[in-house]
Parts: sequence; C-alpha cells; structure tokens
Amino acid sequence: MALLKVEGLGKSYTSDKKILKNINLEINPGEFVSIIGPSGAGKSTFLRCINRMVEFNEGKITFNQQDVGSLNKRELRRMRTNIGMVFQHYNLVPRLTVIENVLHGRFGYKTTMQGILGRYTEEEKERAFELLEKLGIQEHAYKRCDQLSGGQQQRVGICRALIQEPKLVLCDEPIASLDPNSSKIIMDHLKAITTELGITCLVNLHQVDVAQNYSDRIIGLNQGEIVFEGASHQLSEEQIHKIYGTKTKELIIA
Amino acid sequence: MEAVQIRRKKDGRINIKVGNKVDQVVTWTLIILSILTIVAFAFFNYAGLEIKSAMTETAYNLKVMFLQPAISHFSMEEAIYQMVITLGLAFLATVIGAVIAFFLSLMAAANLSNKWTVRIVRVFVAIIRAVPTVLWVLIFAIAAGLGSEAAILGMLFHSVAYLVKAFSEAFEEVDKGIIEALQATGANWWHIVTRGVMPSTFTYLLSWVFLRFEINFGVAVAMGAAAGAGGIGFELFMASGFYFDLKEVGFITYGILIIAIVLEVISTRLKKRYFPANSN
Amino acid sequence: MNEKAMRKNRWQSVIFLLIIIVLTYWSSFITQFNFWDGLVTIPEATGWMLSNLSITQDSLERLPKIMETLVETIFMSIAATTLAAAVSLFLGLFGSNTTKVNSFLSVFARFVASVSRNIPVVAWSLILLISFGQNSVTGFLALFVGTVGFLTRAFMESMDEVGQSSVEALTATGATYFQIVSKAVIPQCLPQMLSWILFMIETNIRSATLVGILTGTGIGYTFDMYYKTLNYNAVGLVTLCIVIAVILVDLISNYIRKVIL
Repeated sequence: MALLKVEGLGKSYTSDKKILKNINLEINPGEFVSIIGPSGAGKSTFLRCINRMVEFNEGKITFNQQDVGSLNKRELRRMRTNIGMVFQHYNLVPRLTVIENVLHGRFGYKTTMQGILGRYTEEEKERAFELLEKLGIQEHAYKRCDQLSGGQQQRVGICRALIQEPKLVLCDEPIASLDPNSSKIIMDHLKAITTELGITCLVNLHQVDVAQNYSDRIIGLNQGEIVFEGASHQLSEEQIHKIYGTKTKELIIA
Repeated sequence: MEAVQIRRKKDGRINIKVGNKVDQVVTWTLIILSILTIVAFAFFNYAGLEIKSAMTETAYNLKVMFLQPAISHFSMEEAIYQMVITLGLAFLATVIGAVIAFFLSLMAAANLSNKWTVRIVRVFVAIIRAVPTVLWVLIFAIAAGLGSEAAILGMLFHSVAYLVKAFSEAFEEVDKGIIEALQATGANWWHIVTRGVMPSTFTYLLSWVFLRFEINFGVAVAMGAAAGAGGIGFELFMASGFYFDLKEVGFITYGILIIAIVLEVISTRLKKRYFPANSN
Repeated sequence: MNEKAMRKNRWQSVIFLLIIIVLTYWSSFITQFNFWDGLVTIPEATGWMLSNLSITQDSLERLPKIMETLVETIFMSIAATTLAAAVSLFLGLFGSNTTKVNSFLSVFARFVASVSRNIPVVAWSLILLISFGQNSVTGFLALFVGTVGFLTRAFMESMDEVGQSSVEALTATGATYFQIVSKAVIPQCLPQMLSWILFMIETNIRSATLVGILTGTGIGYTFDMYYKTLNYNAVGLVTLCIVIAVILVDLISNYIRKVIL
C-alpha cells in the first residue's frame, strides 16, 4: 500500500503558465526518493503541494489513505504533524535556543494555549535531547541558533522534523546552501532516517551525483513534468541530458 | 555523558530556557512598563469625567465631524490660504534648519571633527531636543515678540537637533578610504567636505530633510493651535475651542489629513529608494 | 561620467537650488517671516531668557506642585504608550505581510493606522476635549490614538523584516496561527518593538506637554498657568524639570536599547 499517491496533479499561479502538469507518482513506506531537475522545474512547488503549503488546482493527492485536497483546516494540521519538512535555509527562529527550535516540532500535537505558554512534557524534552545526540549536536542545545554553522543549523532543522514523529519527511534542497563536507553529513543523516527509523524521505536535489549515491529511486522533473522515473542505476547520461537539457558533465562536476 | 548536557530545574524537570541578559532585560522592561501603566490609572485626575456619556458623545461628534464636514467661519480660499501658511512655516523651519544642521553636523561627525567638538555639539543637541517644541515657541514668543519669527525659531530648534543626528550619522558612514585619499593629495578640510563627503551623501541628506518636513507640518499645525502661530492649526483651535463648530473641525481635520497622507506617501517612496535596509 | 551628463547634472542642481530659494522667499512672504528680524532676536531672546527664566527661591517653593504634575504627565505618557502598544501588536499582526490573516483585515489595520497617525495629536486633543472635558483621560486618549498609528506602522515593518521562513517552517509542523505568532514572529521582533515603544514614551512625554496646554492637564497646564500669569521664574523651573525628565528617560531607554539590540 502506497504511503503517498499523486494522481494527475496540476498547479498554476496564472492561467497561461502551468508550474506542474499531470504529475503521477506513488511512494511506498520506507523509500528514499530524490527529485532532480533544473531550477524552476517546479520541484519546490511540488513538495509544498503535498502538505498543502501551496494549494494545488488539479488532481488528487492521497497521503496515508487521506485525500489531502479535501481536508479542512483542523484535519490539515493533523495531517501536517505526520509530514516533517526540512528547508534549504533551515528556517529556524534565530533568536531562540536550539532546544526550543527542536520542540517547535511538537506544536501540531498541542492546543494553542499549550504552545504559547511553551508547555512541553518531560518525555518530549527527553526525546528532543535524544534526537540532538543522535545528530551529534547535543552540546549546542542551549546555544542560540544564529551562533551555529549552516550544517549544524540544518541538523537542528532535521531534529525539528523528526520530533514530529512523521511518516514522511519532505526535504527542499537540504544541502544547497552547504559546503561539501556538511552536505555529506546531512545526506548521511537523512539516509539514516530511512534505514534506521523507517521514515520515508522525499528529497529535492540538484546534484545528480548525490541523488544517485543515496536514493532508492530518482524522479526527474523538467518544466513541471516528470521526464524520468526509475532506480538510481537506471539513470543514464542520456536521461540526465533530457532532464536538464544541457551538457551533463559540467553539472556533475558542479 | 548524556546527562551532563541536560540542564534541569530544582524539581528535576528539564530546563529549556537559558535566561540570557537580553531576554531578562526585555522581560523586566515589559513587566515594569505594565506595572507603571496600572499605577498610572490610579494617579489620573478624573475631574468631571463621565466615561459613558463622554464616549457616546465623542462617537456622535466624530460622526458629525467626518460625515458632515463644512465651513462656516471662513471661505474655501481662506482655508487654502491658511493651509499654505502652515506649509510655509514648516518649509521655512525645515530649510533654515537643514542649513544650520549641515554645519553643525560637520562638527558632530566623528570622522570630520575632533573628539571634544563632537561631544559638545552632541550634548548641546540633546538638551535642545529635551525641551518640547511648544515650550520653545512660547518662550520665544515672549522673548522676541509674537509672530511667525517665534514659531519658526521654536520649530527650528528641534529640526536642527533631529537633522544633526541624521546628518552626522550619514557622514560617519562615508568610506574612510575616500577621506584618506583626499587627505593624501593634500586637500584641505573644505575640499574633503565638498568633494569627498557631499557627493556621496547628498541625496541621502535630502531625503532626511524631506522626512523632517513631513514632521514639521504636524508640528506647525500644533504650534498654530497651542501657541497662536497662525495657519490652519489656529483655525482648528478656534473652531473647536471657541465656536464649537464640529462640522468645521471635521472639514479642517480632513484638510490636514489629506496633506499629511500626501506627504507620507512621498516620504515612504523616498525611504524605499534611499534607505532600502532600515528606515530607523 | 561624460561631460554632457555632468553639465546636465549641474543644471539640475542649479534649478533645484533656485526652486528652493524661490519657495523660501515665497514662504517668508506668506508667513510674514523676516529672516533678519529673526536672526537679530536670537541674542536678544537669549539675554531675556537668561535674566528672566532663572530659578529663584520663590519658584523653588512651587517645586512639589510642579513635580506632582510632571509625574502625572510621565505616567500618562507611559500608560498611553503601553496600551497603544498592546493594540498596535494586533493591528500590526493583521497588517504585516508575514502574519496577515486575510486581506480585508490587513487593509483595515493599515487604514486605521494611517488615519490615527496622520491626524495630528493636537486635532485629537481638541476633538476629545469637547466631550471628555479637562482631565487626564483626555490627554491620555489623545496620546493613545496617535501612538497606535505610529506603533502599528513600526511593528508592521519589524514583522515584515522577520520574513516568511520560520513562519513557513512552523506552519509545516501543523502549528496554529497564534502558536506561530508567539513562537516564531514575536521572539524575533520583540527587541526591535521594545525599542520603538521606548522611543514613543520619550516622544510622548514631550507631546504630553503640548497636549497638556490644550487640554488643561499635567505639566503642560502648569506651564501654561505660570506663563499666562507672567511668572517666568516658575516657567524656567518647569522647563528645567521637563528637560531633566526627558533626558533621564532618554538615558534609561538608550541603556536598554544598547543591551537588547
């Protein structure tokens, strides 16, 4: 049974230009799937349609047997707790401590008042520290987020997604602002989420080689359409050329 | 290993706040302000106040003012003329203020002046700023005789203080390299100012001057009402204080509102253009 | 820059300068302002101030009364600013692009802010005086209304600066609107907002004097009373008290600002 099923998804901001066209996709529990494609291909928009951060116009998305498009506000929040999200620019609250930022991931389970007053249970706090330890940044727990390096901040972002106890984690260009060293650490952690915790990962990437190294399956997106779908080893030079429409050698090096 | 990193409260619960100085100061400032606010209501002088009737009456008055504006004690031309006088007062105070502020701010900029001059000018400016404009105007009115001179001189003081601060900060942001390069060529102080500092800050200074003009318009209205400086402010004072003519008050308020909004729109555009990062 | 452009630039400067000079001349004519008369009066006025505004034994006896109204004025300014800040917080939230609920509320918040800011505080005092009468509440309300306008705009700008990123992240976790506001937006702009509040308290103490003259309350009324009875020594003392109060508040708020920003 697929965890996420996308049928005929379409999205346009203006009537003349479609960002996404007729996307069909199934993702099974425990898979690590990458979406590659040039910038402007609609990768970010596609990811945001899944948890309805962006409203889509056509088609149907089914997540965990629920029709995403038909959920009301309350149900949508409930669903979002099951989907973690990791961002290119980490999107942390810079003035707050690491531990506070991680605990923000619990808001979906709380009433408004509990959230405003910052009431977290001891189990939640313990869990937050466990996650920080797992990602190797426990010693920074009481530091302000703006004092951390990019790679460390991204790990905080991953902790925030994991404390939600999600079934699916969406990663929007998680390593695009990081140096190669930090990128490797982050990708290893994301891979570990799938292999060790069994959480499904859907990752937007623009580095083809990274996608090939880590993914079970790769989806190539160009101008809002899926132009490739298959296992990593099936991705040939020719197909990369089709996805990017340019010489691939330079891309792989870059 | 694991337990060392976790900070706990006395009762064993995990602490997630760090309590740094910034947070403490922010929290305490807010607490103190709230307490002072509550205390304030105990201090108030409530002489002759009946909240309920005052509220309904004000609501009624506002309705009359804004829905049936009209003029009865002067003509439309007169109204426009008074408005122009107010604008003229504001304009003069701004222009003269800008000229004076320009020279003073050269003395107040740390990179163009010596330490002691900077300090003296800054203390002087701080004291001038501390006296409310209306007091300056009233004091000048007796010291120098009533008339537009008193109003403009009074308004001048705050304009100068405000612009000196803005100008000198702008001068201090001028690239050190430019000044050093000119010094190296043997240029004297005036050359540095006119060739090095002025070209790179001129438009910036001009937009500050315009922002001050916007403020001065409001001040000029106030001086007309509170210090008898003439202009539309005085008419407003007469309409509300002597004739109790709500419709006329409404008409004048509309006039002031329109000009103020036009000025604000212009200055917002200027701000967006010349202070993209921060308008503080 | 080529010569043609430079010449054009120079012409523009000359025309600009000419316009300013003409406007200045014209304004002087309309307002019957004589620059030289004004200039001449400065030394004269300074001399007058030095000899007449000095503080005497007699005026010192009035100090307790003056202090009482000064304290009343300071409290009035603080109360008006703090309560206005509370209202502005919500208007700012509705008006800011980062946190707006819907476009109707956003336009409404901006409209309220613009109107209350652009009608000068004098006009508010005079309008409120008609029905509220001569007491602290009138002054308080006049300051309050103007402050709401100013702070709403300032708060809106601070919130816009926070940007969408952490708001987006918290939305994705399933957080509610007020959770997002209280944990992502407010913590980031609180120091900036507090700085604006302090600035406004300072400004309001000065405006309170003006409002006091018009509405017959606080230190402004005290000043006006001595002024009209020609008791200039007391006028000097009142002015001195205001100066000290404003500078003290200024120093305190500068200290706080230095720590938090």
